[in-house]
Amino acid sequence: MKSKRFEALAARPVNQDGYVQEWPEVGLIAMNSPFDPKPSIKIENGRVVEMDGKRRADFDMLDTFIADHAIRLDNAEKAMSIDSLEIARKIVDINVSRDEILDITLSVTPAKLTEIVGKLTIVEIMMGMTKMRARLMPANQCHVTNVKDNPVQIAADAAEAAVRGFAEMETTVGIARYAPFNAMALFVGAQAGRPGIMTQCALEEATELQLGMRGFTTYAETISVYGTEPVFMDGDDTPYSKAFLASCYASRGLKMRFTSGTGSEVQMGYAEGKSMLYLEARCLAVTKGAGVQGTQNGSVSCVGVPAGVPGGIRAIAAENLIAMLLDLESTTSNDQTFTHSDLRRVARSVPQLFSGTDYICSGYSATPNYDNMFAGSNWDADDYDDWNIIQRDMRIDGGLQPVKEDDVIKARNKAARALQGMFRELGLPPITDEEVEAATYARGSEDMPDRNVNEDLKAIEDMMARKVTGVDFVKALDRAGFPDVAQNIYNMLRQKVAGDYLHTASIFDKDFHVYSGVNAPNDYHGPMTGYQLSEERWEQIKNIPNAIRPEDI
Amino acid sequence: MNFDENMLRSVIEEVLKEMGAASTAPAAKAAPAVSTLQAGEMSLADTGEAAKGVAPDEVVIGLAPAFGVYQHETIIHQPHSKVLREIIAGIEEEGMKWRLIRVFRTSDVSFIAHDAAEYSGSGIGIGIQSKGTTVIHQKDLPPLSNLELFSQAPLIEMDTFRQIGKNAAKYAKGEAPTPVPVRNDQMARPTYQAIAALLHIKETEHCDRDKKPQAVTVSFK
Repeated sequence: MKSKRFEALAARPVNQDGYVQEWPEVGLIAMNSPFDPKPSIKIENGRVVEMDGKRRADFDMLDTFIADHAIRLDNAEKAMSIDSLEIARKIVDINVSRDEILDITLSVTPAKLTEIVGKLTIVEIMMGMTKMRARLMPANQCHVTNVKDNPVQIAADAAEAAVRGFAEMETTVGIARYAPFNAMALFVGAQAGRPGIMTQCALEEATELQLGMRGFTTYAETISVYGTEPVFMDGDDTPYSKAFLASCYASRGLKMRFTSGTGSEVQMGYAEGKSMLYLEARCLAVTKGAGVQGTQNGSVSCVGVPAGVPGGIRAIAAENLIAMLLDLESTTSNDQTFTHSDLRRVARSVPQLFSGTDYICSGYSATPNYDNMFAGSNWDADDYDDWNIIQRDMRIDGGLQPVKEDDVIKARNKAARALQGMFRELGLPPITDEEVEAATYARGSEDMPDRNVNEDLKAIEDMMARKVTGVDFVKALDRAGFPDVAQNIYNMLRQKVAGDYLHTASIFDKDFHVYSGVNAPNDYHGPMTGYQLSEERWEQIKNIPNAIRPEDI
Repeated sequence: MNFDENMLRSVIEEVLKEMGAASTAPAAKAAPAVSTLQAGEMSLADTGEAAKGVAPDEVVIGLAPAFGVYQHETIIHQPHSKVLREIIAGIEEEGMKWRLIRVFRTSDVSFIAHDAAEYSGSGIGIGIQSKGTTVIHQKDLPPLSNLELFSQAPLIEMDTFRQIGKNAAKYAKGEAPTPVPVRNDQMARPTYQAIAALLHIKETEHCDRDKKPQAVTVSFK
């Protein structure tokens, strides 16, 4: 006989996910592996001669880079001599300030960082995030993509996402050659929806940099670093080449962050038998050593790997905390799908959403997941009301707010028309009124007419050869009768010259003021300190349109 | 298609067994793969170092290290023999020639495809991993860019493989084909990512950084 209860349980979404048991020998273990190195440091004549149990002669290129660039040596021996448990306790002690913690954690090795966070429960990790996040107020980032690479839909979806509150937006491509259109559409759509939103297009690194330099984007995020040497070499890269790439962005006034995450080394077959979290701590040290202001981490696209092993979701929160302990902008994933279960996907986001991080999602899918070209996000456009009501339930700021349908339709329509006008002025394949109409009311690409893909790709090739830049977008939008959108694009381009938004964890408000870890630092030190919801912001969050007003009854 | 725990376990155990074997005999000294290996409906034979092609009417297909030798089907159990047959049929339908190489220096599909493109007289190559992930590449593009990328292996079915072959041949002819429609399934990762990691570990074990691409002949039964 079969149990009917077990039959019902077997049919639950959670049992469609893939799980594996731990196998520390191949690195299939989230954290606290018996094979992780023991923390150590030895310094002679201002040079690290031993780190985490390895002598300098045995260093691989990551060790060398980390030892030479990532650790503050003045205080290192002292910081390393403090018991990891004591440091872990300081992290959750409201009487120890963020700066005091950084004095220690910026001076220790990857194995030490791994050991410290290994002492914390998930709730203590969340307390740590609340204190250690760089920027005072949390924010959120979204993905804006679609399976057809339809630029009109991208512009409309970006405008809606802007009204809903996202501070950064990311697109990518189904067909790589579509990238310039996707980047332009995102830029225009975002600025039509709300001024001051940063936009990026995730691509092959040279193309991504080129689009940034030509003013198609205002920041970059998909500069990947890895925790073992062979995975780096598989991408023809080194920590040094990544640092060089980072400086290319900085020199052009473009914000950028690295990305890394637990599970990528196992996924690519070269984990060297170390825990996912230890390898991620190495990635974050490389990021710090390269002088980059921030990271997108939290397993990201490899989330299915840590999520398949015990304690994996705790490890993801722990790796976010390590980023914060290194004073990096923390853009905390919560993006990629990892489960069929709605319960699991909410639980996975609780640590970052409830504690608040610099960017809680990186990103939240601004389309239904069938259009998400990052292979699906943990949160999508169909979840907007769930997210808003969770914010309202918990009195937290997850970076979004409830919106009115009319406002959204207006914003979507304006973005689609602005892009239509810009395409016309730039001599690109026409956007028809039918497409504008469809994009205004669409849920996703299933509601969009098909474009002539070959004609678009040809026009893109020609446009890139014509050396069109962001300045041409400004002129075209102005000529097309959208001077306000033109002005916003112009202001964003101007920010690259000012460079203030290169500081750690920057966002813009709608008046182009920068808030970052420098001028708006997180000063949490216990109850009623740090970021507190203003009355105005709470009004925005709590007033969902479908709540019944007592006076109406 | 579901993978139950027992199956995952058996794959992991196999990986571990092979890894154990690898650690007793260092990878660099591991014996080369037997030159001819049965792969169900096809046999593949390495015939020495591949030459760079000059014929403008060829497309080179680059196989990942374990394709058809140590692994015989994609992540959704499509036999490698049928996959290869479809790609080849797609190329032939366009009246173009094809040639096979096996890339050993990496298991990264973008680099495999780029190597194939560099060895191809037309400058167009296809790279394919054992789990089914496929890229169409052109030799003048950066390695991590591509003409067309089919990144979600669980969504690549037989007709897609044929279309990949056809489109690659069209690029080689200097045409601008409409890209094969991209497919997307947000639940592919939750179902397949752990198994994909294991399959890729198994693929990567057969890499040899110092070995140049090898010419491969195929006969279908």
